Amino acid sequence: MTAKISAGNTDPMARPRFIYALRLGDDALILAQRLSEWASRAPEIEEDIALTNIALDLLGQARALLDYAGTLEGAGRDEDDLAYLRTEREFTNVHLVEQENGDFAHTIARQLFFSTYQLALYEELISSTDELLAGVAAKGVKEAAYHNDHATQWTIRLGDGTDESHRRMQAAIERLWPFTPELFESDDVDRALAAEGVGVDPSTLRSRWALSIAEVFSSATLEAPQTTWSSHGGRRGVHTEGFGYLLAEMQYLHRSYPDAKW
Amino acid sequence: MSADLQTQFDALIDADERIEPRDWMPDAYRKTLIRQIAQHAHSEIIGMQPEGNWITRAPSLKRKAILMAKVQDEAGHGLYLYGAAETLGVDRAELLDLLHTRKQKYSSIFNYPTISWADVGAIGWLVDGAAITNQVPLCRCSYGPYARAMIRICKEESFHQRQGFEILLTLSNGTPAQRGLAQDAVNRWWWPSLMMFGPPDADSPNSAQSMAWGIKRFSNDELRQKFVDMTVPQAGVLGLTLPDPELRFDEETGHHHFGEIDWTEFYQVVKGNGPCNEQRLRHRVRAHEEGAWVGEAAAAYAAKQASREGVAVA
Ligand SMILES: [Fe+2]
Ligand SMILES: [Fe+2]
Repeated sequence: MTAKISAGNTDPMARPRFIYALRLGDDALILAQRLSEWASRAPEIEEDIALTNIALDLLGQARALLDYAGTLEGAGRDEDDLAYLRTEREFTNVHLVEQENGDFAHTIARQLFFSTYQLALYEELISSTDELLAGVAAKGVKEAAYHNDHATQWTIRLGDGTDESHRRMQAAIERLWPFTPELFESDDVDRALAAEGVGVDPSTLRSRWALSIAEVFSSATLEAPQTTWSSHGGRRGVHTEGFGYLLAEMQYLHRSYPDAKW
Repeated sequence: MSADLQTQFDALIDADERIEPRDWMPDAYRKTLIRQIAQHAHSEIIGMQPEGNWITRAPSLKRKAILMAKVQDEAGHGLYLYGAAETLGVDRAELLDLLHTRKQKYSSIFNYPTISWADVGAIGWLVDGAAITNQVPLCRCSYGPYARAMIRICKEESFHQRQGFEILLTLSNGTPAQRGLAQDAVNRWWWPSLMMFGPPDADSPNSAQSMAWGIKRFSNDELRQKFVDMTVPQAGVLGLTLPDPELRFDEETGHHHFGEIDWTEFYQVVKGNGPCNEQRLRHRVRAHEEGAWVGEAAAAYAAKQASREGVAVA
């Protein structure tokens, strides 16, 4: 393994692309993992199916992106090596996607925030000069639009439903709001790839996102949260405490049989 | 009830035609169907739990995706079947209530725990395999909506069986530890799978009526034998043994002879004393109760929308 890594891809632009593909892939993988916890637990059978659909779409995106990241890295790691054999500090997903499911309102709020961001991102990434990223975005943009529609409809129904659902939905957006600024942080990797036409600088997506979310809040009779702190660090591999448990569960079996194929 | 209607109904059954929701049918036929379709629907929904138990821990992303799709299919089967039951004049909420209050049952097979990844393979191979054996004849059931639901379901079940077989094949050809997992799972799931066909014909009092009505096409014992005959050679391909010392091919009958089933265990599980009866129902009731506010919100929102539109129109 070590020999393979040192013999890795020597193209100087491959490293930022690897990091970038890994970030997008990790976001999708970890959110898919969280959503899949709902199986057999959703409020209605139809929702069990819908949440699994969303999880399956995201898992599909994650597999394409992690597989590509492995290729870019050139160290012989495949999608499973990247998903199952990295530690907390090596995952680069944002904090939003690792947050616990909570009640249905929390899951919907998380999905609303993320899918609105991902839809905007993929709409831009479609024109990437990187064929694989453009391909993932072209497929993903339809999926994200459906996820966004699903989350939007539910946010409105819950926000403008009963007193209880309104209270729960308001609590959910307040709880998850501090995890949204991180979606729009950019660093040298994002900026360099954006300049090259390969990636998207997430900071450029913020105003669209804010506009779209404000519209949904208004239809849902929800008030925009006024929180002062926000959570950061996912892109650098610094995560929230719950993340280690997610990985422990996801990785335990694969790690228990190091030489096995599945 | 006029004798004419009964005669018409009997003629349809005799001609092997389908009974449709608007046709007249005897009360007992309707009741039998409601009970059977509901029990079948509940089994699909409860059946999501044992395998759903491994989704978050699936050992590769590919296996995770396949398993998620499978568990999702089972939810879809539940929906088709509740839909078929609704054509008989009951609604889903009512049926779920009967499940939650233990007045209707689901297949006892789901009252066994999935304690290792190999159990996901064993369920796909044996449990979905037994389900297919049971369900293929139901595609010709005399009640149209049930028969049509079963046609859609059976297509997906054969994919389920294949993925289970593949899991076991991979494990069986894997490391010694993996092979051990596969054999252990098959040892635990074999006998419960045979019990899925229900009690022996001699102890199955309702079967004759169901056969006469064209709801059931083969007896419990016939189906069980069919399943054993289909499965034994597959175990050979897997390189796994089935935990029955009496199992052997009988040249004379052309069938596999198998040992005595422990019916005491079967009736214990049916009565609610299986390892997971409590857990499965608690899980289901909890999802239902914890999600109730969501349905209420959707209904309240729909009502508000309707009245807003009403105002707009006026
Ligand atoms: Fe099924
Ligand atoms: Fe199945």
